[in-house]
Amino acid sequence: MEDPPIEECEHDDVNKTEQDTQMEESKQNNKDVEVAPALIAVHPTQNSVAVSVGSDLRVFNVPEDCAVTLVDESGGASHNDSIRAIKYGANGKLFVSAGDDKLVKVWSTESWRCISTVYSEKRVSALAVSNDGLHVCFADKFGVVWVVDLPGVDGSEAPLNRKAVPLLGHYCSIITSLEFSPDGRFIVSADRDFKIRVTVFPKKPLDGAHEIQSFCLGHKEFVSCLAFICTPDYLQGILVSGSGDSTVRMWDVISGSLLDTCEVGAKAEQLKFDTSEANCSTVTDICTIPDCTLIAVAIQSLQGIMLLSCNLPSETLSVVKVVSIVGENFIPTSLGSSISGGLLWMVTGASKLSGSDHSSLSRVKVISGFRKSSPDSLEQEPVVLGDCEIPGGAKLLEKLQGSISIDEKVFSAAAEAVKTAMCNLLIKKQYSVEKRECRKRTRNDKKMR
Amino acid sequence: MLENKANPTINKSTGLPRKRFYRARAHSNPLSDSHFPIPLSPSHVDYSLHYPQLFPSSDQINGSKIQFADIGCGFGGLLISLSTLFPETLMIGMELRDKVTEYVKERISRLRVANPGQYQNISVVRTNSMKYIPNYFEKGQLSKMFFLFPDPHFKEKNHRRRVISPHLLHEYAYVLQVGGIIYTITDVEELGEWMKSCLENHPMFEALSQEELEADPAVKLLSTATEEGQKVARNGGQTFQAVYRRIVPAS
Repeated sequence: MEDPPIEECEHDDVNKTEQDTQMEESKQNNKDVEVAPALIAVHPTQNSVAVSVGSDLRVFNVPEDCAVTLVDESGGASHNDSIRAIKYGANGKLFVSAGDDKLVKVWSTESWRCISTVYSEKRVSALAVSNDGLHVCFADKFGVVWVVDLPGVDGSEAPLNRKAVPLLGHYCSIITSLEFSPDGRFIVSADRDFKIRVTVFPKKPLDGAHEIQSFCLGHKEFVSCLAFICTPDYLQGILVSGSGDSTVRMWDVISGSLLDTCEVGAKAEQLKFDTSEANCSTVTDICTIPDCTLIAVAIQSLQGIMLLSCNLPSETLSVVKVVSIVGENFIPTSLGSSISGGLLWMVTGASKLSGSDHSSLSRVKVISGFRKSSPDSLEQEPVVLGDCEIPGGAKLLEKLQGSISIDEKVFSAAAEAVKTAMCNLLIKKQYSVEKRECRKRTRNDKKMR
Repeated sequence: MLENKANPTINKSTGLPRKRFYRARAHSNPLSDSHFPIPLSPSHVDYSLHYPQLFPSSDQINGSKIQFADIGCGFGGLLISLSTLFPETLMIGMELRDKVTEYVKERISRLRVANPGQYQNISVVRTNSMKYIPNYFEKGQLSKMFFLFPDPHFKEKNHRRRVISPHLLHEYAYVLQVGGIIYTITDVEELGEWMKSCLENHPMFEALSQEELEADPAVKLLSTATEEGQKVARNGGQTFQAVYRRIVPAS
């Protein structure tokens, strides 16, 4: 069999330097990939607020106005690497955390004891808890969603370290987000290959989820976040998703059809005066404000959040307002809200910033004004609260942030690092034909002649 | 692609492309992030590109959709045999290797010229079917799926690259209509066992009975229609097939 002619790379010297720079680039890229964004989650009744930065998990009890000490006597390991997902589940009775340390920890929110530690084979990228609190699902970077059953919700049972079984898989794709539908019928998984998959959550999850309900296809870049809008009229929930293609899209999960698209990146660009930075309008997080049809969107370059409204009868999305943060550098890395609080909680921060001493600092801010006087209008305009106005005040900030006042430069560096990390992880690298051929030459699987 | 004045890539007597100019390694890594265009959704598949005579414009106003898919179609042998057996059905081959896809395109194009009115219902696309099948086919669109002589990926650590696996069967069950049939064949006994057990253990598939197998014209083509199958027959090898029907699970 004759070999097809190979395109020769022209100059060997040029190749060497190209390869050297490629090696350096990939080392730098690996470092940047390690940077993990700070995350925030709010208890459904705002009983507590949790922030994770790196391997640090911080919780504040709002009604009792005190910091929470986590108790981990489950016998399992403690978090020792960046936490990548946190969530409250089962109507607030449970809290789960998981990440790069391949540990999934389940906590009781009453006693804040760890009731279970599950070991994952790969780094965990997304988490979801079933509405009845009986199952926790977690997804890894290889595209497999695992499920583990929980012994019982009251933390008085002896902590058991359960083994997870595979539930479903996205072939070799990083899963970025996992959500259960409000009625518990479906589990939705989003990946970096632009796909959203809606799967029927079976009665016996440990046997695997075989029945795919639909695929929601339409995004042109990796899907970064998912959320469900749930109102009394639409109990099954409407799915919204954010993506690297700078859009937020609305879907019907039963049929998988795209209901509407909102070009949030373009709208954010309109607000900026300098267009020097291209391609930085990835949607990083979305959060639905319960009981109204508002969606808060965090965009990579936006200092603040964009509010979208979802008109359910006409099934359309539109931009309502942009709430800007003035006076400090604040690009949210994560959003959270409670059902009754009427507040939107935001956090910014990152772990493992190279060259920085501030390895686990975060900044928390709150926007208020989401209590509704009627389904169509808000009581008051959304406004960014000052530090002393937020529930828990200085004590909460000290616990969740790690410190009361922080140098602003920390957060601009954090935002940059998170942006680079996300791009490197989720956007497929494009190489020119020459580069690809050169890369093939350094493959080590060629047979010796 | 070598093209000079005499065009040696095309055989002068048959008018068909010559394989030696489209040689490629037998393996292609399904895990690598190749860059080829992928339709945004099944409604974005350009039927006028694949079946120009049947779909003169880009709108799928004809209404008919692709019903047969040959996953890993190789040099196209099965598609060509199926084309005349089921002339009213639209079929597509999916292949990961660039050069092999080009060969099949050339072959179909030449056959269409040499046989007016025929071979208009088959086409090929270069894609990674393990990742992108939902982009090409709607729920329950296909009535037949073929997996002929897939890469065995012998090492246990590479088993996850196999095209038939428990997780991928969920996706195949999604694109197959209830009653649709999945055909698999291989000359590697261990792989044959593997595929059969994956299908047997999947609640959405049941085996065809012996009578049904004998009555199905597509089954006979499994071992004879492709270049790979003919090679196995020449070498006197044994083949292992597993043919299953997509059912509604009893829950």
